[in-house]
Amino acid sequence: MAITKKQSAELAKQVFEYAPAPEAIDHIRIQPSYGHFIGGRMVEPHSKKRFPTINPATEKKLAEVSEGDAVDVDRAVKSAGRAFDSWSRLSPSHRARYLFRISRLIQERARELAVVETMDGGKPIKESRDVDIPLSAAHFFYYAGWADKLEWAFPNRKPRPLGVAGQVIPWNFPLLMLSWKIAPALAAGNTVVLKPAETTPLSAMVFAEICMQAELPPGVVNIVTGAGKTGSLVVEHPGVKKVAFTGSTEVGKLIQRALAGTGKKLTLELGGKAANIVFEDAPLDQAVEGIVNGIYFNQGHVCCAGSRLLVQESIAEPLMEKLKRRLSTLRLGDPLDKNTDIGAINSRAQLEKIQGLVASGVDEGAELYQPECRIPERGFWFPPTLFTNVSQSYRIAREEIFGPVLSVLTFRTPAEAVEKANNTPYGLSAGVWTDKGSRILWMAQRLRAGVVWANTFNRFDPTSPFGGYKESGFGREGGIHGLAAYLDLN
Amino acid sequence: MDVRKTYKLFVNGEFVRSESGRAYRPDGSVNVPRGSRKDLRDAVRAARTAFPAWAARTAMNRGQILYRAAEMLDSRGAQFIGLLGGGAKARREVDQAVETLVWYAGWTDKLPQIAGTVNPVAGPYFNFTLPEPTGVVGIVAPGEPALAGMVRRLAAALCGGNVVVALAPESRPLPALTLAEVFATSDFPAGVVNVLSGQRRELLPWLAAHMDVNAIDVAGCTLDEVKAAEAAAADNVKRVIKVTADEASPYLITAFMEMKTVWHPIGM
Repeated sequence: MAITKKQSAELAKQVFEYAPAPEAIDHIRIQPSYGHFIGGRMVEPHSKKRFPTINPATEKKLAEVSEGDAVDVDRAVKSAGRAFDSWSRLSPSHRARYLFRISRLIQERARELAVVETMDGGKPIKESRDVDIPLSAAHFFYYAGWADKLEWAFPNRKPRPLGVAGQVIPWNFPLLMLSWKIAPALAAGNTVVLKPAETTPLSAMVFAEICMQAELPPGVVNIVTGAGKTGSLVVEHPGVKKVAFTGSTEVGKLIQRALAGTGKKLTLELGGKAANIVFEDAPLDQAVEGIVNGIYFNQGHVCCAGSRLLVQESIAEPLMEKLKRRLSTLRLGDPLDKNTDIGAINSRAQLEKIQGLVASGVDEGAELYQPECRIPERGFWFPPTLFTNVSQSYRIAREEIFGPVLSVLTFRTPAEAVEKANNTPYGLSAGVWTDKGSRILWMAQRLRAGVVWANTFNRFDPTSPFGGYKESGFGREGGIHGLAAYLDLN
Repeated sequence: MDVRKTYKLFVNGEFVRSESGRAYRPDGSVNVPRGSRKDLRDAVRAARTAFPAWAARTAMNRGQILYRAAEMLDSRGAQFIGLLGGGAKARREVDQAVETLVWYAGWTDKLPQIAGTVNPVAGPYFNFTLPEPTGVVGIVAPGEPALAGMVRRLAAALCGGNVVVALAPESRPLPALTLAEVFATSDFPAGVVNVLSGQRRELLPWLAAHMDVNAIDVAGCTLDEVKAAEAAAADNVKRVIKVTADEASPYLITAFMEMKTVWHPIGM
């Protein structure tokens, strides 16, 4: 459309120049090597194997973490099993107090956690500082309050904990996903074995310290690090009664299949390909901010990212112009810089996946737009990317890219918008931008997605249930519904 | 001399023979259609087509239709008591089935008030969560109780706005096939309820693996069948509902439902 690459570069020069504003890291103590957190203390891995975790912005090694094998996982599950007897019988108000303590400790160590998260995962410090860590603390605070009120949550039922929960989490929001998993599990009286993602284990290691500081009874929380193999050992261990997984739909299906016939209670929070739908009467400047937040937040490493923009045809041109202009002002670079909007891609493997899908978009005939953008020499980076002229059949319109890549499609009528938005096996989230209240509710009723953001996007809260329809998984996290996933209500 | 009834499948609001032309005799005398994979496909397609309109009916309207089904079942009470072998036990089962339909009819417009929430998020947003039907539900009801078991599973799924493809119990299909006549005369739109008879080992794998079925209720399955169905269900992340068939609870309605959360900013 009207803005060329050259013009966008000129625009970028017109905006403010920002002096570097690096977050201090001198207060961070990352140990050279970590064991597993089992039975209330850090233990040497049985496997004796460790692997490095790197800073994706510099490719420098931050620490070595342990690779959990079957013996490590078995020890963790047994430790959780032993702890379950006393934890589930502990007075609920005392369970609540431990969780309140953890929440407070996260708040007290918030900046340290934010910096570790950013160094290990590559996300901008302003996101880890303002979103991930505060929401993590809020989650523990919210579920802490439920621990002694379970009977009030489920009238006519006698809620009982399930036992040991095996939990496997992704690398995009490491501490937040840990909190989504551990807080409701513990509040309900379960004990847990958690496996963090292999590229982002460090905030979980700090969390292990927090459990010790909180004097949480040994074995209530166990953390075993490793890659996918370790994760499958956790979910398939016979001592695990409840499995919660957040990650790709591909792996989610493997887990669902592996658990067939075991009687384990399962919740899955999987991939997405959300439509962000902008009507012609939408406040365009707000919509542009919502689109940017929807797909470029956390480098697009967000399962509910608004990766398909559906624009009403009549405003496609002006909206694209505004959007391209906005893209040229996004600052990509050092995640630890407080001004950075787009940080590093989490890993080389993820970068290659994004590059592959973007190449497929070009091959299939979509029109690529990337603003002029300086890419650092080391580390994994991908510029904010926008595709126009996208057909629904293109891979970039169908597959989850999990990167800062937006596919733009157009529509004429609300019915067509619904049809296109729902034309996906996923169903995690959707966005609607319009000034018309009745249309918002009409759209919200018809969009087959677990979360609908109207005139906003990518908002999260511990009281607000989150989870998918269709192949985006089942079960909800957050709110009273998230509690139900960790209880036997029969 | 009797005018005997030909038992048929119930697909898309019509009573049809199996496209395969096959039949079997579960009690040694009456011919019952032996539904095929293609009959199942037709039933799923009919259900999918019927889903949006049924889900969009008002809760009150769905309640009225479920209540109508209770009326129709009650009015044919003697017929069902006969199909179930007669006597006090059969009478109790029919009463129970009627009561189940009445009970769930009353839930349609109350469930969202129990299962939904308004969420006090920490920010200037109005945020609420409502249950919505998951879509096409496959039901494998138990052979015992042949009528009440099927009614409990169907009512819970339909109450929430789902559409159903049900497999009649293989050894005792007549109550389920006759129940289809009740649904056919209760103002359910065509395709909302579909009932197939046939061999479980032939139909269940396709039902469990079907990519356009959102959930499968395995209340009537053996442990081995549950395991196989759960494995096949993973192909499209199908919800697998495992409950004992003699329960009635609003949690059994929400088991067939998705929670949708809607956010909107608050501002001037």
